[in-house]
Amino acid sequence: MAKLTINDLKKIKEKVHKEMALRDGTRRVKVTVHMGTCGIASGANEVMDAILQEIEETGVSDVFVTTSGCMGLCSREPLVTVEIINKEPIKYEHMNPNKMRQVFRKHILEGEVQTPFVLARGTEVVK
Amino acid sequence: MLELADHILDISENSVRAGAKIIEITIEEDSAIDLLTIVICDDGRGIKQEEVNKVKDPFFTTKRVRRVGLGLPLLAAAAEMAGGSMNMESAEGKGTKLTAVFKLGHLDRQPIGNIEKTLIGLIAGNSEVDFCYKHRCGKKRFMLDTRVIRREIEDVPLNHPEVLKYIRSVIKEGLGSIESKA
Repeated sequence: MAKLTINDLKKIKEKVHKEMALRDGTRRVKVTVHMGTCGIASGANEVMDAILQEIEETGVSDVFVTTSGCMGLCSREPLVTVEIINKEPIKYEHMNPNKMRQVFRKHILEGEVQTPFVLARGTEVVK
Repeated sequence: MLELADHILDISENSVRAGAKIIEITIEEDSAIDLLTIVICDDGRGIKQEEVNKVKDPFFTTKRVRRVGLGLPLLAAAAEMAGGSMNMESAEGKGTKLTAVFKLGHLDRQPIGNIEKTLIGLIAGNSEVDFCYKHRCGKKRFMLDTRVIRREIEDVPLNHPEVLKYIRSVIKEGLGSIESKA
């Protein structure tokens, strides 16, 4: 692999272990970026990158991002679901990197649901 | 779908949905023979031979929420538009191998796009899956194997921000060093 070495990884491991000792390492928020063909074609990759960059910049460790497939609402893509522990899931529609950053700062970090972008509350039922 | 990186992301997500544990993505750029080859190989559950014959049909899909499946037809169209082709082999219970070939210098070949975003998205979104990315441009090679990283970081998850930051810099450095022209 490249010049960045295994030693760098060892340092990261030690650093993360130290942090884990201070915090309990629980996952407070789960963010799902819907990545079916429809989502990707309408820019889900950019949205994914925006939230990952935000997490990197702010250094929060209790937000975890995952992907899912097409849920049948292709015309509303890119879709993002934000699930904060003990709260009902919120689905955002027609996302883009700027909206994603706003949702991250306001909803995920401060708990303020960004109503103008909301498609639905609750989880979908897959047939 | 305007970039090959988007197609790669899409096909790899298919592999993830098929329960793959390791996904190998190989890109080979050969200007001497004017070919660009993308191979995506997984160890997921695979599909039946009669289904393999139907994957280029946009009205065939294994998902149940919609009756269309456009990912593979779109990639096949992109390859054929650029003087190439797409081929899929699959064995039930063993895995699937998809090969897409393009004429490297064809005017209608889609640009390779942002591989860094695609890989980071895949790794961060599917931290329980391992990815092995190999990119060859002429004689120069770049390889990223998350199994190697996973072994080193032990109990730290692959999608920890610090680890992702490291992987991002490895990809940036690696892709820069092979001087991909696609």
